[in-house]
Amino acid sequence: MADTVEIQAKALNFYYAGNVHSLKQVNVPAHKNAVTALIGPSGCGKTTLLRCFNRMHDLYPKNRYEGEIIFEGRNILANDVDVIKLRSDIGMVFQKPTPFPMTIFDNIAYGLKLKGITRRSDLSERVEKALKNAALWDEAKDKLHVSAYDLSGGQQQRLVIARALAVEPHVLLFDEPSSALDPISTGKIEELIVQLKHNVTIIIVTHNMQQAARISDWTGFMMLGELIEFGRTDKMFTAPSEKLTEDYITGRFG
Amino acid sequence: MNIDQKRRIESVAALTLSTLAALAGMFWLVFILGDVLVRGIGALTPSLFLNDPTPPGVTGGGLRNAFIGQLMIIGSATLIGVPIGILGGTFLAEYARGTRAARAISILADIMVSVPAIVVGTFVYAVMVKPVGHFNGWAGAAALAVIMIPVVLRTTEDMLSLVPWTLREAAFALGAPYYKVIIQVVYRGAATGILTGILLSIARVAGEAAPLLFTSFNNSFLSTDMRGPIASLTTTIFQYAMGPYEEWHIQAWGASFVITVFILLITIVGRLIIKWRYK
Repeated sequence: MADTVEIQAKALNFYYAGNVHSLKQVNVPAHKNAVTALIGPSGCGKTTLLRCFNRMHDLYPKNRYEGEIIFEGRNILANDVDVIKLRSDIGMVFQKPTPFPMTIFDNIAYGLKLKGITRRSDLSERVEKALKNAALWDEAKDKLHVSAYDLSGGQQQRLVIARALAVEPHVLLFDEPSSALDPISTGKIEELIVQLKHNVTIIIVTHNMQQAARISDWTGFMMLGELIEFGRTDKMFTAPSEKLTEDYITGRFG
Repeated sequence: MNIDQKRRIESVAALTLSTLAALAGMFWLVFILGDVLVRGIGALTPSLFLNDPTPPGVTGGGLRNAFIGQLMIIGSATLIGVPIGILGGTFLAEYARGTRAARAISILADIMVSVPAIVVGTFVYAVMVKPVGHFNGWAGAAALAVIMIPVVLRTTEDMLSLVPWTLREAAFALGAPYYKVIIQVVYRGAATGILTGILLSIARVAGEAAPLLFTSFNNSFLSTDMRGPIASLTTTIFQYAMGPYEEWHIQAWGASFVITVFILLITIVGRLIIKWRYK
């Protein structure tokens, strides 16, 4: 595993509308082809941080970033960055499955069409590839043209992952992707994430520390908007340097 | 009398009163609808739909002019009112969501829904009939459209607000610009709700006579020229029911029957769509 950094937050501050200082001087890297987990108690800013990487906060007025996020050699927080292009390079999967009200095929083709791919044969090929990559092909190949709502919750979440993968992003952000799923579906999503890191850099926010320990290579522990500690997952969970990290991981609070 | 008995008496009294109130309401509803259906069905003859009115005393006349005129006015009103209502609702629920302006427009639309139709009629008379110098079908369509717009606008706004935000965020996260998110994702999610709103708004205006009396007026002859006065069922019912001839009365019953069943069907279809979608 080459240890190059794919995307990196540098001295990142974030303010929600009304000047709520939610991220304080955060420095965090995500390594290429690795899974980086963000953990911490509720309200610590881990989801806020995640949503900085694809500038999701731009959707709501008066949110403000300070500092830098370096991706492919440039600061993506700069004003002249094409956010629409950025979001097709940095995909996102949400807590609850978010299939669009259309067929399975159309769900995955949606992002491709946005990128200007319209030839039916190209679409079919890439939809199939995405479904295979998301380990959903065997279950979905016979019902590509039925509504995505006919899938189970776990299948819907893998569909959403397939949809994000179809546009071939460099980074995929996961916001507690299995917190609304049963244990079996959670297991499948975790397996999938571990496989996906060979093609894409992954940052995942999770409430479940066992999950972070199982699937991530790097872990960042956050509290009250600050990054308390960042390091190799095995080290973080066995010999953390910070007292706070140890207290959180051993379940003394949070 | 102990407390148990007292409660039982109160309960029986409340039940009796509310049942009587419900029956009193139902009685008039069933009476009116039943009367229209029973007396209207007898007036339904092929000539009612196929022939134009004849002078009083001459048999075999119908209301073809009014049926066609009514369809043209309602059709045009829908073509004018629905796009404006949907776009306005989209503005409120999406682009102006949460702003003070959106809330103000929303409240104004709610008030507009209950403005008396005759007020709308006189207003359109002032701006579209008086300046031209004669009644015209477009003015009738415009008056009905003005009544439809707030209904469609508010339903669209409500239905779009019901579409979860995460769905929009998911589309944004794929790199979709806002207008594509709205058209390709949000509208799909809200489609049945919006369609229901359109149907209910058509049902709302289909039975209006007052705004048409001031605008499209009436026409005893078949006319499809929206620039001149044009017949409609509701104004014909008004004229025929007030008239002295028995055959006019019969035809007014027939027209009432048709328009009542039309509104009933639209309302039922609207409700079925809601039930089917949100079961």
